[in-house]
Amino acid sequence: MIKARGLTKTFQINKFTVEAVRGIDLDVSSGEMVGFLGPNGAGKSTTLRMLTTLLRPTSGEANIGGCDLLSDPAGVRKLIGYVGQNSSAGVEYKVREELVTHARLQGLSASVARARVAEMLDQYDLTGLEDRMIGALSGGQKRRIDIVMGVLHRPPVVFFDEPSTGLDPQSRSNLWDHIRNLRRDYETTVFLTTHYLDEADSLCDRILVIDGGRIVAEGTADELKAQVNGDLVTLETSAAPETAAAAERLDGATEVTVDGTTVRFRIARGDRVLPGLLRELDRINVDVFSVRTSRPTLDDVFLTVTGRSLRDSETAPAIPGL
Amino acid sequence: MSFLRDTWLTFDRAVRPALRSPAVLIVGVAVPLVYLVLFGPLLGGTTDENGLSSWQWFVPGMLIQLTLFITANAGFALIPDTRSGVLERMQVTPVSRVALLTGRVLKDVVLLLIQALLMIGLALILGFRAGVLPILAGLVLLAIIGVAVGFGSYGLAFKLKHEFALAPVVSGIVVPLMLLSGVLLPMDRAPDWLYYLSRANPLSYVVEAERELISGNYDQQIVLVGTLVAIGLLALTTTWSLRLLRRQLA
Ligand SMILES: Nc1ncnc2c1ncn2[C@@H]1O[C@H](COP(=O)(O)OP(=O)(O)O)[C@@H](O)[C@H]1O
Ligand SMILES: [Mg+2]
Repeated sequence: MIKARGLTKTFQINKFTVEAVRGIDLDVSSGEMVGFLGPNGAGKSTTLRMLTTLLRPTSGEANIGGCDLLSDPAGVRKLIGYVGQNSSAGVEYKVREELVTHARLQGLSASVARARVAEMLDQYDLTGLEDRMIGALSGGQKRRIDIVMGVLHRPPVVFFDEPSTGLDPQSRSNLWDHIRNLRRDYETTVFLTTHYLDEADSLCDRILVIDGGRIVAEGTADELKAQVNGDLVTLETSAAPETAAAAERLDGATEVTVDGTTVRFRIARGDRVLPGLLRELDRINVDVFSVRTSRPTLDDVFLTVTGRSLRDSETAPAIPGL
Repeated sequence: MSFLRDTWLTFDRAVRPALRSPAVLIVGVAVPLVYLVLFGPLLGGTTDENGLSSWQWFVPGMLIQLTLFITANAGFALIPDTRSGVLERMQVTPVSRVALLTGRVLKDVVLLLIQALLMIGLALILGFRAGVLPILAGLVLLAIIGVAVGFGSYGLAFKLKHEFALAPVVSGIVVPLMLLSGVLLPMDRAPDWLYYLSRANPLSYVVEAERELISGNYDQQIVLVGTLVAIGLLALTTTWSLRLLRRQLA
């Protein structure tokens, strides 16, 4: 449904050249939910804006539902819905009025537009807000309106740019349900971007980890996690150096670190090696106060492929206005 | 036909907030009305070589000033829409790109004409005299120049992207053009250098044409010249801003 080869985008600002996207290949099949996971400034929005005809690629090509991005942008626009990173409803309009106008801009006739909007308001829990000014709504309500505008023409492909950024936890999970329902009810192909690990983890069939304008890892959440060198084991003991030494002796243990009384290391199937390790520590008279093993997270994946943690790799925010 | 439909939809959306609070229209026309009431009487008793009363001379100039004020600032309304996702959201629909602009310009001109009628109404109370047909002819010229300046303003907004960048450029262009077009005082009383500068200002011809039109003298050569200048300006700014639009909205 979405196919891209060698997409790049270079911005020229005065004397500076920003290589925002440096060669991206994509293949998303019909009905799939695929997402870009990456920090701010990774090139997620830029890629999305190229795929939605908003930005002309510097090089490369793409094809959406059989329409070529460069030679048939009008054809592409008929097939897609787009929910951008910023709020896209006019603040000085009433909810229903703005939605009906948007439905008309999508090509629906006046009567179909009104009926469709009524249906969508109901589906997205916006009933009762029809005649409220959009500027006076909460963040979660505005975001739902953005989504309604992106999908009310029932496009086979929808692009979401950071759908839940800035929302409270309850609005987020509510929003995720709406996104999941798109596939359940209309077999919609969904492509989204996010810098939240849990969002990628819970929504995407397949995750593309993007950093510095390139895809640096790709796979299902489980496949990606399996790339990380095993589970993280954390022990607190009475003798950290001896504990670390015992850990080093284990077959396949890596990244052994000591931090005060805490020892951490990675190993495949930490749950299986722990009993042996505890017996060994007991034998050399080390008291164990606590033990924890944790499965790799997507943040560990990011750390492994880029050498940085996604949490603290938030680079300078993108240029204002984007 | 879809172009006309899309223009209508864009116009309809753009005009709604103004219809909801018509007070905005009064605010827009307030400054030119203050000129009319507080500056107009200063010209009292003056007549030009054709024996026109000062109101007959002054009001058409004020109408051009109003047109410049309103349409030169039109671009400011586009900037928040490019910054938020409003314009992007519309660009991803199959709607005609050009219609996204023409619908807005159409709104500006319709509101402008309402404001011009408001001004003419007040002027009539103050002693200005004009027939219905001459007023209509005058409004047509205002509409042409309004569309021309409006397209220019949207083009600048596309290019400059920020209000703080647009504001000095707009006033830097509009204020000298307005002063040099002789809307406040006749330029033939100016020193030579200023007079010749005003002759180089295309707007001067439009102002003079507007005066003749509103006096019902359609057959003056200046009417033809002024109208051609306005149409030339229109062609220029439309081509420029539509080219920018096409490039920006790929
Ligand atoms: N219109 C633009 N002009 C110049 N630089 C841009 C523009 N859009 C994005 N960039 C730059 O490109 C890089 C990628 O930005 P973006 O795609 O917005 O990242 P993300 O969405 O992943 O946070 C950033 O360094 C950003 O500053
Ligand atoms: Mg972004």
